[in-house]
Amino acid sequence: MSVELDVFVGNTTIMDKEVYQLWLNGYTVNDAVKVRIEGGVMEECEASAEVLLSDTMDQYRTFQMCERLLHHPAKLANQLLFQIPPDRQAMLIERYYAFDDSFVREVLGKKLSKGTKKDLDDVSTKTGITLKSCRRQFDNFKRVFKVVEELKGPLVENIRQHFLLPDQLARDYAAIVFFANNRFETGKKKLQYLTFQDFAFCAGQLINNWTLGAVDNMMEDMDVDLDKEFLQDLKDLKILITDKDLLDQHKSRVNNETSHPLSLVCNALRGKTNVFNEMEANFKNLSRGLVNIAAKLINAKDVRDFFIDLVEKFIEPCRSDKWTSIDMNLYLTHYTNSAHILDTFKHHAVWTRYMGVIKSCILRMYHD
Amino acid sequence: MPGKLKAKIVAGRHLPVMDRASDLTDAFVEVKFGNTTFKTDVYPKSLNPQWNSEWFKFEVDDEDLQDEPLQITVLDHDTYSANDAIGKVYIDIDPLLCSEAATVISGWLPIYDTIHGIRGEINVLVKVDLFNDLNRFRQSSCGVKFFCTTSIPRCYRAVMVHGFVEELVVNEDPEYQWIDRIRTPRASNEARQRLIFLMSGELQRKIGLKVLEMGGNAVVGYLQCFDLEGESGLVVRAIGTACTLEKISTFPATATHPNNSSPSKDMKEPGFGEEAPGVPLSSGPPTPLRAQTFSSFSPSKSYSRQSSSSDTELSLTPKTVGIFLCPSTPALESESSPLPSAHLPCHLRPGMASRSTTPPPLHISQSDTAMLRKSVSFSEELLLAVSGMGSGGSAGKEAGPLKALLRQQTQSALEQREYPFFTLTAFPPGFLLHVGGVVSARSVKLLDRIHNPDEPETRDAWWEEIRQEIKSHAKALGCHAVVGYSESTSICEEVCILSASGTAAVLSSRFMQDGPLDTEHRLSRQPLCVFSTGSERVEGDMGSSASLGFEEVVSPGCGFCHIPYDELNIPFPAQLTYCYCCRRYKVPDVLFTTIDLPTEANVTGKGCLIQARLCRTKKKAQGEGNATAISSLLPFLEYELHTQLMNKLKLRGMNALFGLRIQISVGETMLLGLASATGVYLTALPSPGGIQIAGKTPSDITYEQHISTMQKKINDTIDKNKELYEINPPEVVEEIIGSPIPEPRQRSRLFRSHSESSDEVSELDLSHGKKDAFVLEIDDTDAVEDIHALLTDSPTPAGFYSCNTEIMPGIQNWTSAIQMFTSVRVFRLNANLTNQGLNKIFSDLCENLLKSLYFKLRSMVPCCLCHLNFTVAIPEDELIQVAVTAVAMSFDKEQPLENGKQSGEKTLIKAITENDEQLQFNLELNAETSSHNPLSSPKGLSEVGSHLSARAPSVDYSSFADRCSSWIEQLKLKAHTIRRGSVKTTSSLEKASPLPEGRSRSLRSNRSYSGSSVAVVKMTPLSFIPGAKIIKYLGIINMFFIRETSSLREEGGVSGFLHTFIAEVFAMVRAHVAALGGNAVVSYSMKECVFMENPNKNQAQCLINVSGDAVIFVRESELESTSVQTQSATTHTSNGGEGT
Repeated sequence: MSVELDVFVGNTTIMDKEVYQLWLNGYTVNDAVKVRIEGGVMEECEASAEVLLSDTMDQYRTFQMCERLLHHPAKLANQLLFQIPPDRQAMLIERYYAFDDSFVREVLGKKLSKGTKKDLDDVSTKTGITLKSCRRQFDNFKRVFKVVEELKGPLVENIRQHFLLPDQLARDYAAIVFFANNRFETGKKKLQYLTFQDFAFCAGQLINNWTLGAVDNMMEDMDVDLDKEFLQDLKDLKILITDKDLLDQHKSRVNNETSHPLSLVCNALRGKTNVFNEMEANFKNLSRGLVNIAAKLINAKDVRDFFIDLVEKFIEPCRSDKWTSIDMNLYLTHYTNSAHILDTFKHHAVWTRYMGVIKSCILRMYHD
Repeated sequence: MPGKLKAKIVAGRHLPVMDRASDLTDAFVEVKFGNTTFKTDVYPKSLNPQWNSEWFKFEVDDEDLQDEPLQITVLDHDTYSANDAIGKVYIDIDPLLCSEAATVISGWLPIYDTIHGIRGEINVLVKVDLFNDLNRFRQSSCGVKFFCTTSIPRCYRAVMVHGFVEELVVNEDPEYQWIDRIRTPRASNEARQRLIFLMSGELQRKIGLKVLEMGGNAVVGYLQCFDLEGESGLVVRAIGTACTLEKISTFPATATHPNNSSPSKDMKEPGFGEEAPGVPLSSGPPTPLRAQTFSSFSPSKSYSRQSSSSDTELSLTPKTVGIFLCPSTPALESESSPLPSAHLPCHLRPGMASRSTTPPPLHISQSDTAMLRKSVSFSEELLLAVSGMGSGGSAGKEAGPLKALLRQQTQSALEQREYPFFTLTAFPPGFLLHVGGVVSARSVKLLDRIHNPDEPETRDAWWEEIRQEIKSHAKALGCHAVVGYSESTSICEEVCILSASGTAAVLSSRFMQDGPLDTEHRLSRQPLCVFSTGSERVEGDMGSSASLGFEEVVSPGCGFCHIPYDELNIPFPAQLTYCYCCRRYKVPDVLFTTIDLPTEANVTGKGCLIQARLCRTKKKAQGEGNATAISSLLPFLEYELHTQLMNKLKLRGMNALFGLRIQISVGETMLLGLASATGVYLTALPSPGGIQIAGKTPSDITYEQHISTMQKKINDTIDKNKELYEINPPEVVEEIIGSPIPEPRQRSRLFRSHSESSDEVSELDLSHGKKDAFVLEIDDTDAVEDIHALLTDSPTPAGFYSCNTEIMPGIQNWTSAIQMFTSVRVFRLNANLTNQGLNKIFSDLCENLLKSLYFKLRSMVPCCLCHLNFTVAIPEDELIQVAVTAVAMSFDKEQPLENGKQSGEKTLIKAITENDEQLQFNLELNAETSSHNPLSSPKGLSEVGSHLSARAPSVDYSSFADRCSSWIEQLKLKAHTIRRGSVKTTSSLEKASPLPEGRSRSLRSNRSYSGSSVAVVKMTPLSFIPGAKIIKYLGIINMFFIRETSSLREEGGVSGFLHTFIAEVFAMVRAHVAALGGNAVVSYSMKECVFMENPNKNQAQCLINVSGDAVIFVRESELESTSVQTQSATTHTSNGGEGT
């Protein structure tokens, strides 16, 4: 005796958020039933395990039928097969495209290729996320990547329009696409302390300021590549460290600025004499680090090491000197501004564009 | 040549990839109607082609328009090989043929393939220009409206209810033709789909003709069914109730609708008065004559029980025949003979004449077959078996001249009809006077190939036989009509069970002979009635007649419960008491009906779904042997179902069943019986007694203890249920009148057929005994299990209610949240199960299904599952299939729920106001009012106040043209404040394009206004949508789909396959409704779901037939928010009405 067939179809498609999450998380039907039983839904609704199993199977089937549509969320809105209220549709899409931070940290900056997909079982064991869920997330990244790769116009907007994602999620995907495209190294041990959100923030900065689209929205080029011209121009910044005069001048300016008596914060900073002193001592090293990063960005390989360089050349020294982020903010502000008043320094625009991003990235990345 | 069909193919989207190389498709479209085909250009390399074709025009007969669907085929062009079909769309253009329904079909329709399912969508525009055909001999019936709804549709008023219409057409099933061996499954499926489309079109046309002949303009409660008889063919049959409907409206324009104008003028009463009443009297000894009659038509096919021994066991014939036959026969003769048949033009149909000329053999055979079935069928109605025998008694039993006179009017009107049947389940107030009880009939037939599809006489004769029987049953109950009537079949191999059931009732004459021109008619009939009454036996009961004489005045809350039969000649043993509401008339102790609970009924507490489930094993047999075996099992099955229902009803402390539907399904090795109904406590009826358990044999103490604990359990359950369903009737002194038939034992027992032997049956007690003596007797351990089974029906979880009727008594404050669903389960049984085991499995299956539903819909709590419609089938030897379609509707718990009488009255008022105050308007109209019609003028507004109190102002939307012309008329009447210029523009625009252009445009603008890319379409099996007003009926939706797969596993197994298919069917229904301009389907039902699988071959096939009414509804809240404009509009219209 067995139930051979068991279906339930509503005119409005019934979808249980909880079961959907379990399905997204890659649970098998039986595991999902166990989780639901533990969740106490049975007592709430006077149901039996049998009922729960039937319901779970049914929901899983519905989700599987919907999955095809979720791959092209725009279709979900004008398909006829399932009658799903708009708020439900939004929920379905948002959750389907949601990802685990721990998973994305593993693949961020990696090439979204078959090879990477093959390694997903390692990622799965490492993160404790089911392989099924890993695959879905990976496929989502890849799908979004493929679609927007070809498109003109602003990256975030494209993602939002094509995949009907909420703003924040669209930004995250933009970051993932951007990282995957530029193959930024994020997996090194030194970078392990950074969360996905840190990288996403940085990606946002880079996209908004360093890509071609950042200069001119009307440009028919893509948001995913860095502005080559700008990278070329960055080489000119080298003068700041190669020119001895300029370097010294810059240093003294920064020191003056920071020691300006009217600035309350400066006073506070000066109070911590050791920080101030070390800063003074390290100025050349730090400045050299930042300018060198800028100068090398023209090489694709160095672009990949952008974040590791930032950490090695700037963040780590500061951390060993026990700067607070307030110190860091102050220092970077003055460091940027004072360059403008240097007599012989001509590359103001490039410098602002470069340092704006560097400053916000470093500030974001400067934590434990 | 009265019609021009125009179609335009606009675009396609989401097409499948047909060319692997390019991942694209070169699509083109073939548009076919009848034998004419048009093609669009090929739109190369696109999955979203924009054909934007010209208008393809088909000039066709309206007969074809009714029969044929428009067939749209989407193909992929292939230069070198044959073009590949992507899929098809069948469009039923019937809704366009009626001026009051839709005027254009426009929208995205799913492209459907029987192998692949939905493959993209196509955007089409379809219109019809219809020229009026006044040919009297025409074969078409355009303009007759069809409604699945089994009540008078919400925005119509019944001018006249004409009565029963039926028709059936037969054909060979393409699946069983020789050609099927060489064609692809796809071709075969498509041939079948197309054939059924054609057949249902033809059927509808033929029924429409009958309606026109009767003088009606609509069919309400239209029920169409398919019998897939396999080798022997395909039968499509339909029944319905012909009516003359009038749009509720104050527009002068509507009064001149061609069909509405004077319905009674050309009305022809079918004149079968002379043969109908006397027919089923089996005055002679039945057995010898039977052989003779059967030889007259298909001796091997019709099956009645042949063993005479069982006849005597069951039928109790001698006793009852003795009682009823003598008095009734003369009365009937006297009544029928004076009716001049020439006076009433006959409504003839091929095949009918022969019947009326040769009644004796035919009918005697029927009454004989009836006899065995009667005992079967009447088991539902307190085992009314006896009553069936005394058929034709109603006229004779009429007591008291006054009452009789009143009765006779309607009765004679009804009796002239061949069958006084009504498929309606809800009635306009005052129509339903009394309810007698459930009448049903079944017969087992052997199928044989239909030799000549044009002469479906055999099938016709089968149904006639059954209908006659039903009619005679109703008569025995003192009723002249059958309401809530339905027919069904169950087929297994070559055996077919035909079933019909309904509720015997007495109806008011109001809706059957009203109308200005009918008075004459009635007058001429009255003397007849008096005459016939005079000749009747009056000896019986002057007393009771005095009490019954003025029943028409009786309060509507209890009137329908009062017995229609004569209390001294009760056709079956029952306990009568004085009505607990009015205390003046007699009521029975229990009432079973197939209709919906009348809105005006006084109900105490809430109702609930009650199901009796039964499984019986049967030996495998062939042909006649099989049929005999089945027909001998049927009575037991029905009796036990009835007992189960009764027990469960008592267990819930209720006293009446509504919407009773008994389904018997036959398989090779078993019979399934499922009876569903909604139990309620009618305030008018006496409170049901409890259930008592008695041990048959005195035995040891443990046994006694066991019984007492059981008894306690039962009592507790009853108490709990009373609390749950809020049944707390006012205590009253009881006065039991008692049944005149001697009661040898004051109890009935719970029988199980396997323990039944013939001697037990013969001592079978038909009475249910005194009120508190409803006894379950335990004589063996099986009985204990039965009682357990009785108690295992788990109560509905908190917050849930369920019923299989339209509304749930005691719940009124519905919210707008509704969720229609279909759930299907197939259960595989192990071989060699006992009846007991089978029963339990079947019962659990149903219970678990319900539990699953409750769980699924838990987010809607508090809610009620309404119209829970279970369908059982035995698709294969060891499979049981249960399909449920229902709607879950949430309600507001916050508002206090009234109880008892109060609530009854409230519902009544509600119902009346809902019926009368049809304040309808159309969004579209609104827009027009504001945009290019300066009618929302101050004058209109100023009159709002005065007209608010006026009764029922409403607007008609029959068609744009109509409306405009009537607007113009009004404007002419009172053209002071209105700028004529703009109005004139409108009218000239309308003249330029008589029907659809203006409308389609406004429709489309409407739709785009709604914003969402896919319009939401609500579906419900009910006839209404809570919190909304239906403002227009767009036509009937009747769709048939076949889906087949040869990659079952890949499609997610059987469940995945069926899940997709059902979802696809829903999607197609929604799309077609949206294309008609509608936003909901009401009275939706899935009438057929035949699922076959062959997992070994990785194959499965499924057939689904769905139907419903496409409507436009408007939320009441929206009505309010835009009421200012409406008011101004309606004010104008009502003014117009007064002006003329």
